Amino acid sequence: MRTTRYELTHLQALEAESVHIFREVAAEFERPVLLFSGGKDSIVMLRLAEKAFWPAKIPFRVLHVDTGHNFAEVLEFRDRRVEQLGVRLLVGSVQEAIDAGKVTEQKGPKAMRNQLQTPVLLESIENGGFDAVFGGARRDEEKARAKERVYSFRDEFGQWDPKNQRPELWSLYNGRHRRGEHIRVFPLSNWTELDIWQYIAQEKIEIPSIYFAHTRPVIKRDGMLLAVGGPVQALEGEEPFDAMVRYRTVGDTSCTGAVESLAASLEEVIAEVAATRITERGATRADDRVSEAAMEDRKRDGYF
Amino acid sequence: MELLRVATAGSVDDGKSTLIGRLLYDTKSLFSDQLEAVERTSRERGDEYTDLALLTDGLRAEREQGITIDVAYRYFATPKRKFILADTPGHVQYTRNMVTGASTASLALILVDARKGVLQQSRRHAFLASLLRVPHLVLCVNKMDLVDYDQEVFERVKAEFRDFAAKLDIGDLTAIPVSALNGDNIASRSENMPWYEGTSLLHHLEDVHIASDRNLIDVRFPVQYVIRPRGSSGLGEAFHDYRGYAGQVAGGVLKPGDEIVVLPSGLTSRIAAIETMDGPVDEAFPPMSVTVRLEDNLDISRGDMICRPANQPSNTQDISAMVCWMSETSSLVPRQKLAIKHTTRSARAMVKDINYKVDVDTLHRDESAGSLSLNEIGRVSLRTTAPLFHDEYRRNRSTGSFILIDESSGVTVGAGMTLPD
Ligand SMILES: Nc1nc2c(ncn2[C@@H]2O[C@H](COP(=O)(O)OP(=O)(O)O)[C@@H](O)[C@H]2O)c(=O)[nH]1
Repeated sequence: MRTTRYELTHLQALEAESVHIFREVAAEFERPVLLFSGGKDSIVMLRLAEKAFWPAKIPFRVLHVDTGHNFAEVLEFRDRRVEQLGVRLLVGSVQEAIDAGKVTEQKGPKAMRNQLQTPVLLESIENGGFDAVFGGARRDEEKARAKERVYSFRDEFGQWDPKNQRPELWSLYNGRHRRGEHIRVFPLSNWTELDIWQYIAQEKIEIPSIYFAHTRPVIKRDGMLLAVGGPVQALEGEEPFDAMVRYRTVGDTSCTGAVESLAASLEEVIAEVAATRITERGATRADDRVSEAAMEDRKRDGYF
Repeated sequence: MELLRVATAGSVDDGKSTLIGRLLYDTKSLFSDQLEAVERTSRERGDEYTDLALLTDGLRAEREQGITIDVAYRYFATPKRKFILADTPGHVQYTRNMVTGASTASLALILVDARKGVLQQSRRHAFLASLLRVPHLVLCVNKMDLVDYDQEVFERVKAEFRDFAAKLDIGDLTAIPVSALNGDNIASRSENMPWYEGTSLLHHLEDVHIASDRNLIDVRFPVQYVIRPRGSSGLGEAFHDYRGYAGQVAGGVLKPGDEIVVLPSGLTSRIAAIETMDGPVDEAFPPMSVTVRLEDNLDISRGDMICRPANQPSNTQDISAMVCWMSETSSLVPRQKLAIKHTTRSARAMVKDINYKVDVDTLHRDESAGSLSLNEIGRVSLRTTAPLFHDEYRRNRSTGSFILIDESSGVTVGAGMTLPD
């Protein structure tokens, strides 16, 4: 890499900031863990972690909170990536928590498992004794996230208190916490959806195939396209049909919607994202639609 | 495409939220679902027009009380630049938010209402921007539509602001007459103000020269993390003896072959290579994150500083600094002990003296103050348990800044900017 005039591109500047955050955490915490879902943000996060410690291996484990409603392509990708990097994968299973009676599943055909992720995540953090938890959240995703710090303090209950956040200045991060408390760390805070896509293209990072246009049977529910299968079955009046779609985010299949798209390559996806007029979460996440403050409420409870 | 970090400041109702909403709208950074949500809320409240300010009021409490309570970050981009905007509220009690937002900003937008002119709060915002060494300042004289786009009003406000700014250390000041509500002089020059010869706000943000804001002279590399691949790195023998010093360049330009000195040991060596996962680089400069390898095997750990033998930072346990106090529950008083974090070093600090407190409105120095409470700023002498390798903040914002942490609660309670000894 040869740089003239000592300028960095925005992606280089963002990368430098994220790498700095990873190293800061590795130096100051005892047991960090990285949340890895196999989604594009966590894939980018993992790449940045790889860069931060190269040529050494990533010095912490990765954790997937598995709702049990997964896209097969994503699970396959997750396992392959973890294997390549030689990191250890922990899985917190929502299904097991349901089976053990620790959490209760919503009833009805429109039930979502998103809420159930929070207790499972918190339990995994507690059992693992993790003091820093890397999450791939971006501030451009949502209004409450726009206010969250890079180091986000969580109390013993994993709660976020938006009115009582620590000031965060320069790139001096304060990771102080007591036993039982932890810090959520968001190395992608300043990245936008477009930045993520541009970086994936620049770095030639592999991502699961569901991010590209493909044909699959879907139903239209509450204005969203949901893949038919597993927890999602057509209700009365809903007619499954084949559509050319892709996913903008990867989550639980019961509440992650697809968008109609013909974008089959990265370049086409980037062109589409650059032109899109619907935010990522708004288009595809039923969980945020419940109310204007849905995300804030879930974050207070310890959601990522 | 370059990155520009911007902070905003303005008193309540000067139109800051509207301005930000307008910037997002005009750069097409708004998405239809966000707009729809805002339109819906506006309608429900009975507003006559879509209140773009709603776009930026993120938290429930703010929606309920109609105020902005904390720093929020917004993102927008034009083909030329990507912008990160720290949106900081302008209430009297929120100095600490502006200090936070300004700490990383290269440019500060200060809003005033054309009808009201330069208020005490505007002076405060200018002072804070200069204290935090934000290199570029833009005065947006807003609501020009309410003063008939009158040039005289603009010139009067501008002159008033310049008078005050002259007392401060402000590098670059630009004044722009705007109407955030109507979009005059925001994305493009307004036909309502033909007398205005400058550029639109967005154009200015795209063009302002920021490359020379960084310190490219004094080589400063705080060691953040030592990379030593162990055992089964999978990379084979090549990395068996690998020892790299990872960090983010805080000043100057590092090159392989450069002679360096490591603080605090004072040992010298040469840079063998500067590496990244993408391959070696032949120059590293701020804010790059790289890994430096040296020709000799020295004992170096986190918190050490790599610099050039002929250009070293101050190396003392006695620090003078301007401190902004941010705690709601305690004051800063002499003999108090705190944790301090500076570059990659952590230590403890004791307050030796509070030399004076600055009245942020008049700039008057009160030498009898004796303590600093929430949102107060003053000159403080500290003694630290270990030497800090620092430069004067005005020379280097990375090696001249520190935070103070309350040792029992763990909360960040102070922000410091070092002064010459
Ligand atoms: N006429 C006029 N009104 C404005 C302008 N900018 C903002 N306002 C109005 O001033 C009020 C306060 O604006 P807001 O953006 O909420 O101010 P903030 O408290 O600084 O964020 C709102 O009623 C806005 O519609 C402007 O350029 N012209």
